Order: sequence, then C-alpha cells, then structure tokens
Amino acid sequence: MAPVTLKKLVKSYGNVDVVHGIDLEVKDREFIALVGPSGCGKSTTLRMIAGLEDISGGVVEIGGRPVNDLPPRARNISMVFQSYALYPHMTVRENMGFSLKIGKVAQSEIDTRVNEAAAILDLDKYMDRRPSQLSGGQRQRVAMGRAIVRKPDVFLFDEPLSNLDAKLRTQVRTEIKRLHARVQATMIYVTHDQVEAMTLSDRIVIMRDGHIEQVGTPEEVFKRPATRFVAGFIGSPPMNLNEATIADGKLVFAGGQTLPLPIEFRSRVSAGDRVIFGLRPDDMYPTGHGLNSGEATDVHEMELPVSITEPLGNETLLFVTMAEREWVSRMLNPRPMDAGEVVRFSFDLSQAHLFSPETGKTLRS
Amino acid sequence: MKLPKLSAPTLLLLPAIIVLAAVIVLPLLFSLYSSFTPFRLTKPESIWVFIGFRNYVSVLTNYEFWTAFGRTVVLLTIALNAEMFLGLGLAMLVNKATRGQRILRTLMMFPMMFSPVLVGFQFKFLFNDNIGFVNNALQSLGVTTSAIPWLIDGNLALFSIIVAEVWSSTSVFAILILAGLLAMPQEPVEAARVDGCTPWQTFRYVTWPYLMPFAFIAMTIRSLDVARAYDIVKIMTDGGPAKRTELLWTLVGRTAYSDARMGLANAMAYIAILLSILFTVYFFRKLAAARQQIGAEW
Repeated sequence: MAPVTLKKLVKSYGNVDVVHGIDLEVKDREFIALVGPSGCGKSTTLRMIAGLEDISGGVVEIGGRPVNDLPPRARNISMVFQSYALYPHMTVRENMGFSLKIGKVAQSEIDTRVNEAAAILDLDKYMDRRPSQLSGGQRQRVAMGRAIVRKPDVFLFDEPLSNLDAKLRTQVRTEIKRLHARVQATMIYVTHDQVEAMTLSDRIVIMRDGHIEQVGTPEEVFKRPATRFVAGFIGSPPMNLNEATIADGKLVFAGGQTLPLPIEFRSRVSAGDRVIFGLRPDDMYPTGHGLNSGEATDVHEMELPVSITEPLGNETLLFVTMAEREWVSRMLNPRPMDAGEVVRFSFDLSQAHLFSPETGKTLRS
Repeated sequence: MKLPKLSAPTLLLLPAIIVLAAVIVLPLLFSLYSSFTPFRLTKPESIWVFIGFRNYVSVLTNYEFWTAFGRTVVLLTIALNAEMFLGLGLAMLVNKATRGQRILRTLMMFPMMFSPVLVGFQFKFLFNDNIGFVNNALQSLGVTTSAIPWLIDGNLALFSIIVAEVWSSTSVFAILILAGLLAMPQEPVEAARVDGCTPWQTFRYVTWPYLMPFAFIAMTIRSLDVARAYDIVKIMTDGGPAKRTELLWTLVGRTAYSDARMGLANAMAYIAILLSILFTVYFFRKLAAARQQIGAEW
C-alpha cells in the first residue's frame, strides 16, 4: 500500500522558486500523470519524490511515512528515465537484476524475477546483449524491466517516451498501460504530451510555472477545464480561445462579430464584463458534420469563409477567420472543400467555456 | 646526364622524406647497427668492428642491468598506482566543486608546467637531510628527533623520487579522469541511486566502469613517461647512493656518456624500448576492453 502525498512542496534554487508549495494526494495503485509545458516544475516534483532533488520546503509522504530525509534507495521506488539510463557495461540481464543484486537478494530469486519481467516485456531474446546493441524501444523496455523487478511501492516515469519515434511511442504507451494493470502499483508519470497523459492516467495533474492548475480525470480536465491554461493545453487541436465583451445577452468579439451568450453562463456574467470565450474545434463544425449533430441543445449557426483546409482522412481541420482571429473547426465525415468557400457552421454553445481574463479561472461554478 | 623523371607526388613528398630519413631513420639505423659493435666514443674506429649479439648477451646477463630494469618496473607500478588514486580523488573533488571549477582545473595543471629538471631540484632541496624543508618540518613538529637521510638511504631515496614523480604528474590522471567525469551522463548514476546503491556502490558499479577508459589512457601516457624517467632521478640522486636508485635510462645514459660505451648502451636502449612497447600494448588492450564495456562511441 503506497499512496503518495505532497504537502506544500516547495523547490527553490537560490532565490528562485520553481515549485511553489503544491499539494497533491496520489491514491494507492493510482496512475497519475503530471503534465505541463517545459519548465513547469513537473520533473522537479518527480525528482523530489524520488529523492534525487533536495526538498526546499514541505513534505513528501510515501505510504503515509515522510521520506524527506531518506535517500532514494530507502524509499522503495523505481524510476524510468527519459534517456533510459541503462548501465552500458552490463547486459540486459545484469541491468535488470542489478538492484536485486545490490539488495542482496538470493541469485535464484533474482533469476526468477528477471525472467518474469523479461517475459512480460518480451525481452527474452535479448537478455545477453548490452544496451548499445539494442534499439531505442528495446532499451526503454529494459528500463521498465529494471523498474518492475524491484516490485516497488511506487513507479516514477520521467518522460519515458520522448526519445522514441511516433510509432514506437504509441506502442510502448500501450505497454505501460498494460503494465499498470498487471503490477497494480502506484505510478506517477511525467510528460509534456497531453495525449500520453490523457490515454494513460486515472487522473491528470496539470502544472504551470510551479503551480498546479487542475487535478482531475481525463474527462474532467477535457470537459470542464478549471482555467484558461488547462483549456488551451488539453485537447488537440487546442481550444479556440478569444476575448469578448458581454452585451445584452450576447458575446461581442473584436470587429463587432457576435454570438449568443451560452445559456449556462447567463446568470454568471453581466453586461460590460470582459471574458475569454472558449470553444473546442469539435464544437464548431460545418452543419451536419459534427459530433453532436441533432442532439445539441444550444446551437447557433453562422456562415463563414474557410481559409485553409487540412484533410486528415477521417476528418478535416478547417481554419476559419472570424472576429479578426483564426478559429479551428473539426469536420467529421468530410467532403472535399476549397479554400475560400463559404460554409454554414454550427456553434454548439452548450459546450462553450468562459474564463475570466484577469484570473484565467473558469466562470462556471 | 639525364635524371630519371619522378612523378609529381613523389617529387613533392621528397623534401619530407629526406628530412625524416636524415633525422629519424638514419640515426635509428645507425644506433641499431652500433649496438652490434663495441663502439666507444673514445675510440671512433671501433664502430667498424662487428661483434654480433655480444652486447645483447652481456646486457642480458648483467646483474646491474636487471636490477635497474626491475627497479624501473617497481617505480612504474608504485608511481602509476599512486598517481591514479590521487588523480581520481582530485578529479572527483574538483568535479564536486560548485564554484571556481575553472580556477581549480587550472591550478591542478600547475605541476605539469614545470620542467622535470626544476622539479628534481625542488625536491632535492625539500628532501635535503640538513637544510631540507621536510626534515625541518618533521623536527619542528616533534615527529622525529633526528634527521632522516631521505636521499642518502637507498630505499628512502627511491621513495623520494616517487614522491617527486607523483607530485609532478598526478595531474595527468586528474585531468583525464575529470574529462571522463564531465563527459559522463548523470542518469545512470541517478538510476543507481534509485536502484538502491550506496554512494560507494554507485561509484564501484557505475561511475568507475565509465572512468576506466580514461584511466587507461592516462596509464598509457604515463607508463611511457615513467619508463624513460631520467631527468628527475639524474638531478635528485644521479642513480645513487651506490646505484640504489639506478633506473634503466640513467644506466643507459651513464654507460653511453660516462663510460663512453655507446654500443653497449644502444643495446640496453633497444631492450628498454621493448619494456615500453609491452606496457603500451598491455594498456591499449585494457583500454579497448574497457571502451567496449561501456559501449563507448569514440
């Protein structure tokens, strides 16, 4: 049983704080992803949990026990690094068994566990090779095998897929997910890739500038982003975010273009308020080519010229200029379309978001 | 007379070939030839007497030569090991320094900037039994009441020479090992810490294998250096007392110039070079193995 708890965790280098007192509770056996742009403090946080980085303030608890003063080896954790960090002078077998050998586990037990991990990761054929004789994906699997054999309380992943090519990345991603289902340990996964975070984790922690912006399930952070930052960070292509002013039940954009105020927000804003209006590309689609066609309750239609199209096969991304800004629209079941063509768009305003321009927070309750 | 026509590449290379032949190949051949003669500088005509392998036989059966040979190997072994440990320690300390690392690196190289002859004089003075710094310091501190004959006792003299060698050349190891430390990726070290290694185990199983190739490069360079040690010994003890610090090259030098037996000295020199080649081959093998171990791509 190893929940991980961060209490007012702070990291500073000299006078510069890079992690500003974050609180987080990771439940036992939970898969949690720390995600954010580079420099947001996610890796530093992970390294503080691992014990590779001194803690400047606050407490890290693993299994209910404060571990601030424990060296990494006493925390019963495993870590998978971005660069694999394999020991180049050891074979795959030695790499995987190294921590057990150091921990004075009996050789027979080491063999059993290493072979078991090798079987899980499909590494049997490579056990006597050295890391330099392996491909990137194989190295990554060895790094995971090395983590598994220890049977740790907590797995820590530091951007484990960033050095792999796109195809391999999806493949190893699935393997990690399978691994979690199989070993049933707490996993904390750092990534800058929101797709990885969404696909893998039970809950996502979105960080920015050393603060936590939002913690929630993938669905929560996607459907109900707490801040403008989360709204723009999660989802691909990103949400359309544009400034507007409230006037007379309408949203007035630059250049005088208007949209009706979404029903959900009518009681939350008053005339004259400035807001950030957010709408995902999925929720503004050429009429008849959207997800919610026919079911949506708060739809507004408008004709707009398409400036660029990006066909992806099963869908096409349309770039539309509205209110002096470029908006992205996702067209499902696409039909061929020329740049410059004027198309009727549906805006599903039941899926719209409003954020405060000052605090960046959502105006939803 | 008609000169044979030479191709342009041959013609262009000719000056270099002539110079190399004049300064390297010819002297080398001449010295090799002279090692088969009883050539004495005082009797130039002796160069024309060919005596076959007699010089080599007398060198190889000479007790004095083998003592000098053995002593050189002892000096090499002790000095190289001491330099490696000290250099390793120094490099790791400098690597840990959070500020002033550049200055420390420069300071570390100071001993290498002195001529070995000056190092010899400096240590001759330090170890002087009457006025030397070492004895004065030991006596003032009350460690010993009588003067220690550093350069007069045979064993102590060799020890003093080793100290001088180590002082002047530890930085070769330090610099090369430091280069290794700086080039070394940090992730495997961190992985080892997470894997449960104590600091010592981290060093033993992860850091050291990385540094080994660098240590072997330093070993190769220094083994060649020490195997031809001459200047420091010449200044500090001149092979004395009673030939107790005679090394290969001081013996060669003495035979060649003091005894004027150039032919014999050349025979010694050729045998001595074998020693250097042996060490070089040995360390290069080790280096190649260590490089392969860490999967180095250089």
